[in-house]
Amino acid sequence: MARAVTNQHKTIVTVAAWIVAFLIFFPILYTIITSFKSETEAIAGFNLIPSGTMESYQEVQSQYNYFKPFMNSVILALGSTLLALLIAVPAAWSMAFSPTRRTKDILMWMLSTKMMPAVAVLFPMYLIFRDLGLLDSRLGLTVMLTMINLPIVVWMLYTYFREIPGEILEAARMDGASLWNEIIYVLTPMAVPGIASTMLLNIILAWNEAFWTIRLTATDAAPLTAFISSFSSPQGLFWAKLSAASTLAIAPILIMGWFSQKQLVRGLTFGAVK
Amino acid sequence: MATRQTQTLARFMLAPSVIMLLVWMVIPLGITLWFSFQQYNPLNPIRDGFIGFDNYVLFYSNPAFLQSILNTLILVGSVLAITVIGGIMLALLLDQPMWGQGVVRILVISPFFVMPPVAALVWKNMIMHPGYGVFADISRFFGLQPVDWFAQYPLFSIILIVAWQWLPFATLILLTSLQSLDGEQKEAAEMDGAGFVSRFIYLTLPHLARGITVVILIQTIFLLAVYAEILVTTNGGPGYASTNLPFLVYQKASLEFKIGQASAGGIIAVILANMVAIFLMRAVGKNLDK
Repeated sequence: MARAVTNQHKTIVTVAAWIVAFLIFFPILYTIITSFKSETEAIAGFNLIPSGTMESYQEVQSQYNYFKPFMNSVILALGSTLLALLIAVPAAWSMAFSPTRRTKDILMWMLSTKMMPAVAVLFPMYLIFRDLGLLDSRLGLTVMLTMINLPIVVWMLYTYFREIPGEILEAARMDGASLWNEIIYVLTPMAVPGIASTMLLNIILAWNEAFWTIRLTATDAAPLTAFISSFSSPQGLFWAKLSAASTLAIAPILIMGWFSQKQLVRGLTFGAVK
Repeated sequence: MATRQTQTLARFMLAPSVIMLLVWMVIPLGITLWFSFQQYNPLNPIRDGFIGFDNYVLFYSNPAFLQSILNTLILVGSVLAITVIGGIMLALLLDQPMWGQGVVRILVISPFFVMPPVAALVWKNMIMHPGYGVFADISRFFGLQPVDWFAQYPLFSIILIVAWQWLPFATLILLTSLQSLDGEQKEAAEMDGAGFVSRFIYLTLPHLARGITVVILIQTIFLLAVYAEILVTTNGGPGYASTNLPFLVYQKASLEFKIGQASAGGIIAVILANMVAIFLMRAVGKNLDK
């Protein structure tokens, strides 16, 4: 009896889920479609079939030099992620394998720094950046993004490292492995998946950060968030160009995001939901 | 058991993170606190000096302050309500067997990966524009007058955009939480004749409680700081109709150069965020002990 009901049930669920999914995804889909329209087509009313022209993509590059902010985004996201890992891996490591009475407090305190509203320190940060000559520089912004995401990176690595059984380390030590060999042959292979997941999530967060990247840049270091924001006061027909720029800005991270659903849950809930 | 040597090593490994975060937090916050008690205007430096709590009084007595606090609370509250209720419903739907579940999940989660300026501009221009947006096309199709969303309902429009960005997050967390529900318990409840509603109230909802708490707390932290979505759509207007606390602080500092008042506002924002943070820390801390 249950089987017959199940198939009908499954059909209803499938239809409902696809409708909802389509509606939620629609703004993105429509942006992608519009990016392949000409400007006159883009404002000619609702139309899901574009003429397939690539002129908007060409114009975004020729008029606005799109490649520059794109490369800035890549450099900032990768740079800040690698820097954060460099600082965070040893920290997470030591807390996971040599915990002390204060480890929990330190972790909680790190989490609390993430909760400081950025706007509260806008002016001090501006002063510090100005005095250090870091305004509108990729270096300054890389450091900024590193610090913003450092708590999440430490936390996420910590939850991964904690799952590596300590007995394995002891066994290796008993067998006479040196600290160096221990790290290279025993720990690294076990830690790599966790580090990779952390990296993925951090790249996504850094790519999409939209406060400091807008406020502390002008032209030289402006990544895509700042570039796209400059479209907020349109001049003339720009729907198709906005769509093309937007599509290019979200495509790489959208694809990465699809592969990181599980890590996202873990990273953003600080291990509270697995 | 750990030798003294490894303990020392552990401290050295931990130190850079702790020191950097400490410096990064204490110095800027200290400067903000200092400025919050100063009259400081880069354009008019003659009257600069210590003025006690005047900045707080000025910021507090500004009619825009009350409105911005109210807007902040409405924004956070509405988005939380939409995403939590919508997220539970979506999670329940997606948890059931269907064809193409993987693709559906990918489509539903996608808005979360869209950077805030893109999300806001796409909604502003492609969807909600009174002339060329999809909503306007739909209105005209039914013979209705298109609505100028950002002029007539600015705060609602921003709520809609932000909710669209965060609904996937709530759905994903709650779906993950739902999938850890013991299947045998569900079956047992079914066998005992519990209907969908009572199963939901007595079994599913209590199980989801933890996930819901986490969603609410984490989203609140981010929602209290909504900025780019406002900047590229309404710019806080018309008037202060869609100005939230962070945006007001930004306006005071970057547009009016009232650094003292902006700093006082910043400190208020810190206090607000900390009130939420305490609860989040408690929820996360509990989990750490297990």
